[in-house]
Amino acid sequence: MVQELLASPPGLMNFAIFFLLAAILLMVILGFVTYAILAERKVMGFMQLRHGPNQVGGRWGLLQTVADVLKLLIKEDTIPKLADRPLFILAPVIAFAPAFLVLAVIPFTDKLQFADIGVGLLYYIAISGISTVGVVTGGWASNNKYALLGGMRAAAQMISYEIPLVMSLLGVILLSGSLNLNDIVSAQSHGWFIIKQPIAFIIFIIASIAELNRTPFDLPEAESELVAGFHVEYSGFRWAFFMLSEYVYLFAMAALTTVLFLGGWGALPFLGFIPGAVWFSLKFSLIVFILIWVRVTLPRLRADQLMEFGWKVLLPAALANIFLTAILKELF
Amino acid sequence: MIRTEEMLLNVGPQHPSTHGVFRLVVKIDGEIIKEATPVIGYLHRGTEKLAEDLQYTQIIPYTDRMDYLSAMTNNYVICHAVETMMGLEIPERAEYLRVLAMELGRVASHLVWWGTYLLDIGAVSPFLYAFREREMIINLLNELSGARLTFNYMRVGGVKWDAPEGWIDKVREFVPYMRQQLEGYHRLVTGNEIFMKRVKGIGTYTKEEAINYSLSGANLRCTGVNWDLRKDEPYSIYDRFSFDTVVRTGGDAWARYECRMQEIVESLKIIEQAAAQFPAEGSIMAKVPKIIKAPKGEAYVRIESPRGEIGCYIASEGKKEPYRLKFRRPSFYNLQILPKLLKGENMANLITILGAIDIVLGEVDG
Repeated sequence: MVQELLASPPGLMNFAIFFLLAAILLMVILGFVTYAILAERKVMGFMQLRHGPNQVGGRWGLLQTVADVLKLLIKEDTIPKLADRPLFILAPVIAFAPAFLVLAVIPFTDKLQFADIGVGLLYYIAISGISTVGVVTGGWASNNKYALLGGMRAAAQMISYEIPLVMSLLGVILLSGSLNLNDIVSAQSHGWFIIKQPIAFIIFIIASIAELNRTPFDLPEAESELVAGFHVEYSGFRWAFFMLSEYVYLFAMAALTTVLFLGGWGALPFLGFIPGAVWFSLKFSLIVFILIWVRVTLPRLRADQLMEFGWKVLLPAALANIFLTAILKELF
Repeated sequence: MIRTEEMLLNVGPQHPSTHGVFRLVVKIDGEIIKEATPVIGYLHRGTEKLAEDLQYTQIIPYTDRMDYLSAMTNNYVICHAVETMMGLEIPERAEYLRVLAMELGRVASHLVWWGTYLLDIGAVSPFLYAFREREMIINLLNELSGARLTFNYMRVGGVKWDAPEGWIDKVREFVPYMRQQLEGYHRLVTGNEIFMKRVKGIGTYTKEEAINYSLSGANLRCTGVNWDLRKDEPYSIYDRFSFDTVVRTGGDAWARYECRMQEIVESLKIIEQAAAQFPAEGSIMAKVPKIIKAPKGEAYVRIESPRGEIGCYIASEGKKEPYRLKFRRPSFYNLQILPKLLKGENMANLITILGAIDIVLGEVDG
């Protein structure tokens, strides 16, 4: 449907449809974020001998996140006197908007996708890089030394890890012969890329955790060192925007991993009667769970070790993987 | 050539990883520390001066609040000093209760250190596991003394309360449980590649430096100095137990980590033996006069607290109150090497090094 709309001449009608579709997607994402946060807190609580939220919204704490967001909405919006006001206000938006933009290309099932563009993968990587600008801007505009350090760390980290991330994907692209996410999924109908490209998968998962700023790579907001890193001066809804973009990226990254390595909506053999959407959400939830698990288990890396690991381990491994894939593809 | 600018950063007094109200003024260039100046005293309550107006028994609760993570050793050091001056003979049962309380406190204190240190390094879960075990110890000590943190348990001449019925059995059961949990700790953290990379070779100093800076406890033993007052100058009844002094030779944060973890094992050995030898009955209080007066003169005693060598000096005029009282507070002395260790390190290592020293601000500020 979106394809036809894109081809049709511009007008108020198709603008309205686009707007509506985007609003629906936003609602779905916000719904996910609400319960992803709850799930994270519950899973963390379970692993850390705690209960997690259990008061607001019944014993499962189903409305806890809603209450939290409401609280953030009515909080006083403080802007430090010496902050760079326009940039300070702009930064959360720059960080959040790309997080939402990237979701347009992700195919949730064979029918549910908003934009089936030829270079979907490239689009994702290019757009997601913009968020870093928001983080650095926020860190700089706050006029706070901790925030500045956090922002700088974020910039260095994201640049270093974007490269192995992209390099690891080249193997997948070589095998599927396309940058289109739909084609990549259909290329996996005879075997997921997690089996054909195990090295790429490992590199991709590590680099994506680094991109998501989650433990063990949560240096930009390292609580014990930088108090809260780049968002130390943010409060209320601006802070919520940073958090929101973080969790939307979690959603996007888990969805992308599912599409690239776990066969997207494709079913396991003999289980084809279960609809694609169920398969997608199952695989997707598994990835989210692994990301939470990693966060609970591991300590944080140091900035220089992070750089070293990115450039000296991940990047060469990703390059080697490309050559290996190319040779294997040529031979078989 | 890139021109960089130094900036002054106040780490603390409100900072998640300074373990209280400790302030560190660091001059940093990027993330590299050029100079670090500790500022202390935010928690200074003047314990030593206050003690000059207090009777000896009244001083004991003040010592609870110095090293609040192992209040039992602090209780002991002041009682021990007065007892030494008065030449008191302590009943057997009281000594066993004291040793049990002190060693349980040592395990609890090391557990808090372990948890918070991992928290500093960025792992959240170990903190909660450590506090689960610590809670059991706190409950045991609570049964004994009626308080969870500031026990006020020991008295000049013995202890205030006898062990309640079944308490010793609970202590006996706790030892194997704790050993089992320790294995889990090692599986979760000790072998972790990231953790080892974070602590190995960080904050290294030599034997000579450690001695020159008057470090004690695990901070000293990690450099290869075999010095544990429980072994080398046995006080109380420590000469009756067989345990080892834990020594490592690395001198870095990793060696300090290993020392403390192994010290928990050694403390458990002592607890096990003390619980086995515990006398079935007997008095818990020596015969002491109603009003305790230390004879004219002075005394200095020192014991091994979880953080190092805690000492108590008393100068007495033969009155109810001491003329002058001085505590050698190990955290304060151990902290002195910090500026030297921090030079040239980065922000992440600052936290690793500070955490590995294991300070308690109540004790640093006195």
